[in-house]
Amino acid sequence: MSALPTRKDEAFRYADLAALEALWPLPVQEIRVAAGETGASAVVLDGANDAAQDIVITLEDGAEYDLRLLNAGSAYGRISVKVTLGKGARFHLGAAQIAGGEQTAEIVTEVVHAQPDAVSSQVVRSVLGGKATGTYLGRVVVARGAIGTDGEQSIRAMLLDRTATANARPELEIYADDVKCAHGCAVGELDQQSLFYLAQRGLPPAEAKKLMLHAFIAEAFVGAGDEEALTEAALKALDAVL
Amino acid sequence: MLNIENLQASVADKPILKGLSLTINAGEIHAIMGPNGAGKSTLGYTLGGRPGYEVTGGSATLDGTDLFELEPHERAAAGLFLGFQYPVEIPGVSFVQFLRESANAQRKARGEAPLSGGEFLKLAKEKAGLLRMDMDMLKRPVNVGFSGGEKKRAEMVQMGILDPKIAILDETDSGLDIDALRICGEGINAIMRKPDKAVLLITHYQRLLDYVKPDFVHVLAGGRIVKSGGPELALELEEHGYEAVAA
Repeated sequence: MSALPTRKDEAFRYADLAALEALWPLPVQEIRVAAGETGASAVVLDGANDAAQDIVITLEDGAEYDLRLLNAGSAYGRISVKVTLGKGARFHLGAAQIAGGEQTAEIVTEVVHAQPDAVSSQVVRSVLGGKATGTYLGRVVVARGAIGTDGEQSIRAMLLDRTATANARPELEIYADDVKCAHGCAVGELDQQSLFYLAQRGLPPAEAKKLMLHAFIAEAFVGAGDEEALTEAALKALDAVL
Repeated sequence: MLNIENLQASVADKPILKGLSLTINAGEIHAIMGPNGAGKSTLGYTLGGRPGYEVTGGSATLDGTDLFELEPHERAAAGLFLGFQYPVEIPGVSFVQFLRESANAQRKARGEAPLSGGEFLKLAKEKAGLLRMDMDMLKRPVNVGFSGGEKKRAEMVQMGILDPKIAILDETDSGLDIDALRICGEGINAIMRKPDKAVLLITHYQRLLDYVKPDFVHVLAGGRIVKSGGPELALELEEHGYEAVAA
């Protein structure tokens, strides 16, 4: 593995370098899905220790992969994913980041549509409180000739306190015509109108807030094979930062 | 039951309510009518405690309790229900889940035992039936994908489940077709026309009042009540318009 990166490296711009140094070199998990096959996995970082992981996924023609990430609970948690899609391959990422206190959480993805007609979708939901920093850097590359590409990113972060920081950077690099790439990106606070509506029905503010955040974070795990367990783990992490 | 005296309220520093007084006794149904911008919705939101609606003078008490000393959820627990003109959509949160939590939060605040899952579902089913609403709709996220009429019926189902002392219904009739209007009207009567309850209907039109017969009708203009009367006042307004009647 190469030398410890610096902040000049875009993928590490917001990283906790001191914490990273202790973890370097990062363990790499390689996943290869053969043509026409399907696979799925989930990575949950919810331990008390710092953790960082590199995941490299190669999808051959027509392969499908469903990856879910829960990045919560560590002082520093980083998951980076690089996916290369073959012809007609499909990739879905559902990720939740939950951080409070002084925690730093980051997810860095690079999805390469190397061949035509591949589909990728990424849903990332972050809830950040205290002085936490949550980062999502998501790059979608459409290679020359990868026509018929469909790439979608939905990135939303919710700040519980004005002292928390969210970095969200969806990025598109397109070298082909006839592709469909969309991204939605929003950093915000809970909708005041909705909170008032819930309060008017009798829900105390803390419970109303919790109910809405639960719904927000659950979007990351919709349709996952182990949706229930992942959602439960995420809600537990959420309750810890509320 | 509800006593409003010389109420003044501002939104973004602009005075909207300018000395509104109104007394509603148990067992009564009142209707407030008035032109656009008169302050009708502001009255509902101010009593409900919506952020941004600032009370600058006067008072409002519910059975002797100062409403303005209470947080919005405490006002709900005290028995105040606000039917929204535009009910909010909340993705990911189901009606059943949020209403059970709400009902139990209210019960807890009043020192009552919580409803079990079974008890709650039975209650919800009964009230949904009253409004001809399928229980499956209450398992869906709050108001998401509901038509205007379905949202209003869902408001009435919530009112039935939460069983308030007083309901302030802000333009419950807007966006309803004639069948939904009748269903909502009958729902309001079934749930709220009782000796220990009261209703304040906020509306532009006479049509809801054909189903929910008010005991008193008031005209709100320029932030205060300018005329009060019996049900005949609503008919008079419908015929001659606000300007002629309130002048």
